[in-house]
Amino acid sequence: MTSPLQQKIKITGPSVVTANRTWDGVVIYRDTQQGWTTELAKAAIVRTADEARAMLTESAADDVGAIGPYIAPVAVNDNGAIKPGNLREQIRAQGVTIDLPVPA
Amino acid sequence: MYAYDEIDRTLINERVSEFRDQVKRRLSGELTEDEFKMLRLMNGVYLQLHAYMFRVAIPYGTLSSAQLRKMAHVARRYDRGYGHFTTRQNIQFNWIKLADLPDALEDLAEVGIHAMQTSGNCTRNVTTDQWAGVAPGEVEDPRIWAELLRQYSTLHPEFSFLPRKFKFAITASDHDRAAIKVHDIGLRIHKNAAGETGFEVLVGGGLGRTPFIGKLIKPFVHGRDILSYVESILRVYNQYGRRDNIYKARIKILVHELGIEKFAAEVEEEWIAMRDTALTLDDEVVEDIRSRFTYPHYKTLSDTPDELKSASADPHFEAWRKNSVAPHKVPGYGIVTLSLKPIGGPPGDATADQMDAIADLAEKYSFGEIRVGHEQNLALPHVAKRDLPALWKALDKIGVATPNVNLVTDIIACPGLDYCSLANTRSIPIAQELTHRFANHDTANLIGRLHINISGCINACGHHHVGHIGILGVEKNGEEYYQITIGGRADEHAVVGTLIGPAVPYAEVADVIEDIVEAYLALRQRPDELFVEAVTRLGVEPFKERVYATR
Ligand code: HEM
Ligand code: SF4
Repeated sequence: MTSPLQQKIKITGPSVVTANRTWDGVVIYRDTQQGWTTELAKAAIVRTADEARAMLTESAADDVGAIGPYIAPVAVNDNGAIKPGNLREQIRAQGVTIDLPVPA
Repeated sequence: MYAYDEIDRTLINERVSEFRDQVKRRLSGELTEDEFKMLRLMNGVYLQLHAYMFRVAIPYGTLSSAQLRKMAHVARRYDRGYGHFTTRQNIQFNWIKLADLPDALEDLAEVGIHAMQTSGNCTRNVTTDQWAGVAPGEVEDPRIWAELLRQYSTLHPEFSFLPRKFKFAITASDHDRAAIKVHDIGLRIHKNAAGETGFEVLVGGGLGRTPFIGKLIKPFVHGRDILSYVESILRVYNQYGRRDNIYKARIKILVHELGIEKFAAEVEEEWIAMRDTALTLDDEVVEDIRSRFTYPHYKTLSDTPDELKSASADPHFEAWRKNSVAPHKVPGYGIVTLSLKPIGGPPGDATADQMDAIADLAEKYSFGEIRVGHEQNLALPHVAKRDLPALWKALDKIGVATPNVNLVTDIIACPGLDYCSLANTRSIPIAQELTHRFANHDTANLIGRLHINISGCINACGHHHVGHIGILGVEKNGEEYYQITIGGRADEHAVVGTLIGPAVPYAEVADVIEDIVEAYLALRQRPDELFVEAVTRLGVEPFKERVYATR
């Protein structure tokens, strides 16, 4: 993977760093404690390209814990609730949009 | 069924322990993801949107009941209770944990199943006709040759790092059920004037970003020379294929850029230099493989048994029989297709419970054998006709007797944005909505054979280019849009479909397809002029007009 330091980073609004957890593939987000959380609500929000780059660099250092960290857009509403910024991220956060063949 | 020998078993078992060690080293941090990625891909492990995905090979689409039960076990124990049958005779598990994968592989190895070469830039699972060995009029069982190619290409050192993935498909019937014209190498078994068995060889077919129909490179290669001939093709490709650009790396681009004549001349030169070497197949070798395929001891049975006559009074049974039972080479038997396309269901998915039940039914009614076809359905290849009524009841109970095989609701669809990290758009919900629109069986029957194929991005895993109606997901300003093509086909008359106009938004796709189908019903010359034939005769204009006049 290209190091985040060498990547052009452009963000257009509030963003998070997300990845998949290595041992089981589950979707994770970088939290404010420099760890990972499975809950988007607990993700750390960045608002500038520099902040985003710094968080991505720090996240990428955890190669054992997480695969392929990247910056994803989110929407933050007035009372601070975080929502995925596009359909892809919505599906990653909330799961498939269909009924699974076997109900959980 | 084919019986693996000791070499195969050792190979598969060694592979499991090798992968166990690799996973352990990955989880401890000894291997980075960069280092590990290639190793996991060699064992069919991808990363999707919200989990790993595990792709398991079903060589030439043949499974025993024991093997299918093991798939059910893996689905239940390590996944979420179901699996997805793909267009390339593989099964995929969508929720498996990396930490569990070595155990899952070990369980599968007990029944000779593995995931080698189900991804990566190597020769992939060799696919064939799901009716191989039972279709009437077949020249011979293509699985013998598929197995030869499997043995030859498995872990072949020279061809483990090709410029890009490489897919073979083989058929031995006039009607091509294996889509050989959209594979890197397509082989059609036939006999020459002297009565010898050999292969018509096609090269450079493929879908994806730049679809091509395979081109004829040699009309007849004798069976004994087939390995040296395909090796010559692989060598030319390995040498000249575009490693500099992933979008141009498939053999289809090389064949296209060089031209088939020049490409064929290169292959011929290579072949002349090596055709009489160790790759020449002695009859003994072929016979040895042939002898390891066992066939059922068919009984002498009536082709019109009483059981069938009395059941024919039930219109539901008759609808299913006419739709899903095909003629078998042995009188008194039929080939039964099991639809994995229930109305409203995700195409190609089967639950662990269904798999177990199908394995039991195969044991009871089909000599313990199950087939997987590229249309994402299953088949029981040897069912006595007198057993059809009882089998139908049992299949209906578990939801795999929808009488829609080859009809408008028998949709091929890739996983799309619900699972796949490369996707632009969703595929499955589009398929589900379409099955609701055409749920009425009489309507579907009236429409007749119509293949709808859906892909969630240009990689074309859902074969959209060769669907009679193809639906391709594209993204426009963050919204899901779909391009519609019509007139494609994947059989012996394979052709890439034609775009009818601008992409339409998610919410309108089903309406547009309904418009196209209504236009066809109004325009067809006779009830048996198929949709795709009408498109060939009329071109896309009348359909385009119908769709866009009011939009
Ligand atoms: C994680 C999920 C998947 C990924 C990442 C993936 C990736 C790809 C890519 C990148 C291509 C384009 C290759 C090229 O043009 O060189 C492709 C083609 C294809 N894939 Fe998939 N695929 C996935 C799932 C599937 C599924 C579920 C099926 C079957 C339903 C499938 C069957 C095919 C087929 C038939 C082709 C086109 C034939 C060809 O190779 O030209 N794939 N896939
Ligand atoms: S066609 Fe695209 S979206 Fe569909 S499975 Fe293939 S790569 Fe994924």
